[in-house]
Amino acid sequence: MAEPILSLKEVHTYIGQHHILQGVSLDVNAERATVLVGRNGAGKSTTLRTIMGLYPARSGRIELDGQAIQHRKPFDIARLGIGFVPEDRAVLYTLTVEENFRLAMFRESEEGRRRLESVFQLFPDLKRFLHAKAGILSGGQKQMLAIALALVLDHRVVLIDEPSKGLAPVVVEHLGESLNRIRDTTTVVLVEQNFYLASQVGQDYFILDDGRVAHQGLMEDLVTDHELKQKYLGIG
Amino acid sequence: MAADTGPAVSAGSAGLDARRWGTWIFSVGIWIIPLLWIDVVTYMTLTIAGLTMGALLFLTASGLTLIFGLMDVLNLAHGAFFVWGAYAGFSLLNYLNTVGWVEMASIGPSAGSLVLVLLTALAVGALLGIILEKIIIRRTYGNHLKQILITMGAALVMAEIIKIFWGPNDEVILVPAAFQDSWDLFDIVVNKFRGVAIVVGMAVFAAIQIVLQRTKLGIIVRAGVENREIVQVMGYNIQRIFTGVFAAGAALAAMGGVMFAIFKEQIYPGMGDETLIFALIVVIIGGMGSVAGSFFGALMVGLAFNYVAFLVPKLALGVNIMIMAVILLIRPSGLMGRK
Repeated sequence: MAEPILSLKEVHTYIGQHHILQGVSLDVNAERATVLVGRNGAGKSTTLRTIMGLYPARSGRIELDGQAIQHRKPFDIARLGIGFVPEDRAVLYTLTVEENFRLAMFRESEEGRRRLESVFQLFPDLKRFLHAKAGILSGGQKQMLAIALALVLDHRVVLIDEPSKGLAPVVVEHLGESLNRIRDTTTVVLVEQNFYLASQVGQDYFILDDGRVAHQGLMEDLVTDHELKQKYLGIG
Repeated sequence: MAADTGPAVSAGSAGLDARRWGTWIFSVGIWIIPLLWIDVVTYMTLTIAGLTMGALLFLTASGLTLIFGLMDVLNLAHGAFFVWGAYAGFSLLNYLNTVGWVEMASIGPSAGSLVLVLLTALAVGALLGIILEKIIIRRTYGNHLKQILITMGAALVMAEIIKIFWGPNDEVILVPAAFQDSWDLFDIVVNKFRGVAIVVGMAVFAAIQIVLQRTKLGIIVRAGVENREIVQVMGYNIQRIFTGVFAAGAALAAMGGVMFAIFKEQIYPGMGDETLIFALIVVIIGGMGSVAGSFFGALMVGLAFNYVAFLVPKLALGVNIMIMAVILLIRPSGLMGRK
């Protein structure tokens, strides 16, 4: 088995006095889509934010290709090749769509411009609204832009936090198609409450419960394991 | 992605537009209404004085609004940068006077003196800003109470150091000879330095707008004002950007200080306190974090102060508080602030 591209070992994270991650260990394999699922408050988003350095890990080790990153700053972690799509359609509303892309291209290059073209093929609407303020886009378009911003650089891993939150079912359907195309070219770690979307995109899964990994395996197995889904996700 | 293609339309946008228009109608009213009671020549003289004051206030307020908008830092030491810039310029002008530049009536040495003085003030302000941000400010991010206390303390220390080096008394600051007299434009007397101040204010506004709107650095700063977290996870060292913006804000305050001192032809250690209050009013009127808002807010404050000082002198200081109250009642986020 190949070495994981991203690995967490016994990671503990506190937010204020609250002990949120209580020894999370997980391995993300390259060129796979890994989904973190679990109930509200299980620690899924905190896991992504800890990987990004937005919440400091109090103990444990986080490795990107074997290199420890748990003490690095968020900008440094981004430069090492981890893209992050925060939840709640995190785009810059007062900037135009074009300015959002310019910002996202930390290193402006020919390669970046080529990637931008492929991003436009994935999300053609964004090209149409290139000169519009991102704030006027619809919810679905904002989410597409948020994801697209993480794709314009050649990231080794892209972390996506709850992309379907607050979106209409038809938009979620299209989002799933887009994420599947992204999965074909990039290693994706997805946090998702919507199990339908998670199962459409995910290949590997980790169930988080009370700040720990409670179960892991292949998504195709989870889809048919109704007992496990009922126990940890509350769905039959 | 083909679905959900229409841009979002906010249900409350009509109400928001009405409020925005309300603030602008009020702002233009401040400019026009005094004509009812003042003759045209006096009105024009007061308008030029108001624009001068506005341009000078903008220099100080623009830095304050950037620092607050990007860094969420309430910097009450901003007035101290203003004073340090003024005193640095004062010393340099005294030196240039010894080599004969300041008293020469020709435009070359006078303009050269002014440019050197402005560059020195900018450098002194930027240096002090970097030192203050690295030593004090970065320890107080996210805590407004600590920021208020620590920056107030820093302002007191910086003012006391001024007294050690330059003494506690009022001093007269030299005005480069070419800017001492006035132009007569159709019976409207325009002091030359006032013209220079307006041009400098406009030029700084234009420069800031170009940097903010047309450059990658500007995009990063504007993005940082809106959402620091996104900027960080895109690979930008927000801490370094913070330091740079703080230094730029301090430099602008210092430049405002020396311009204000030359305008008043006077300099004293406490001159920053009064200006800080005006700058805070301007920033609140314009909208926290908006440089363009600060520009229009500063002009509004400068004009209203001068018109009211002529019509009802006792109300001159209070009128700006009244303007701030009216703007906040109509639009709590200020002229151009975000909601």
